[in-house]
Amino acid sequence: MPIQYYIYLCLALFSIGIVGVLTRRNAIIVFMCIELMLNAVNLLLVAFSKVHNTAALAGDKTSMIGIEAQLFVFFIMVVAAAEVSVGLAIIVMMYRNVHSVDINFLNRLKN
Amino acid sequence: MSITQFLFYFLTVLALFSAVMVVVSKNPVHSVLWLIAVFFAISGHYILLNAQFLAIVNLIVYAGAIMVLFLFVIMLMNLNASTEPQKNNWLKLAGVIAGGCFLMVLVSLVKQANELNNIAVTMGTGEIGLIKNLGKALFNDFVVPFEISSVLFLSAMVGAVVIGKKA
Repeated sequence: MPIQYYIYLCLALFSIGIVGVLTRRNAIIVFMCIELMLNAVNLLLVAFSKVHNTAALAGDKTSMIGIEAQLFVFFIMVVAAAEVSVGLAIIVMMYRNVHSVDINFLNRLKN
Repeated sequence: MSITQFLFYFLTVLALFSAVMVVVSKNPVHSVLWLIAVFFAISGHYILLNAQFLAIVNLIVYAGAIMVLFLFVIMLMNLNASTEPQKNNWLKLAGVIAGGCFLMVLVSLVKQANELNNIAVTMGTGEIGLIKNLGKALFNDFVVPFEISSVLFLSAMVGAVVIGKKA
């Protein structure tokens, strides 16, 4: 499978996430599109880690080159989980105050 | 066409279709369910790339924990299609055009990159995705980031409780 296919797939997923953030006004769906973009980046990291590992395996049968990218993906997942918990708490607080999840309410932070 | 190629195309089509459905669904609960389908497709891609541990973690953390959190919040707010605020159609069109331009520029960039031409992803080889090797690397070379992420989790938990508490 050429690496370009993976790059195109991840670019398409990332662009769909961007379009979702730009076109939807529901704060929860905007948040879900951000998760989609994070996952597109994760998939690209894993694909490149695989490519580098395959190239290194040709010289050394037990090479561990490329494992850093997978650990990077692991840390991205950790940070995404923390981000989701805080972000959803903020959305719940906003819903409690204005009884809506329309992100246009967020342009008046005072009051 | 070999079985891995068939699986690659199948998972790609599933991921892209589900991602589009996440954006266009009117009901937020349907969006969450389509996003879970995207995560399953991406986990399938991880398995094809021999990243078995990441595939399982992706399913447990994203499809299992994060999306359940989303579902809880949506059901707590009792959102449905009729309460969804609608954006101006021109703004929607502008968003789609902006995203399409972004995609077009990056795809043309990748098409012109000759460095990428002879690089192929071979599936079914390599052992870096196994939990044994990942664990060795995580607890030898990446101990400090690992501990820092635990502090990050603790602060995120405290922050979520403080924000969510009725002020």
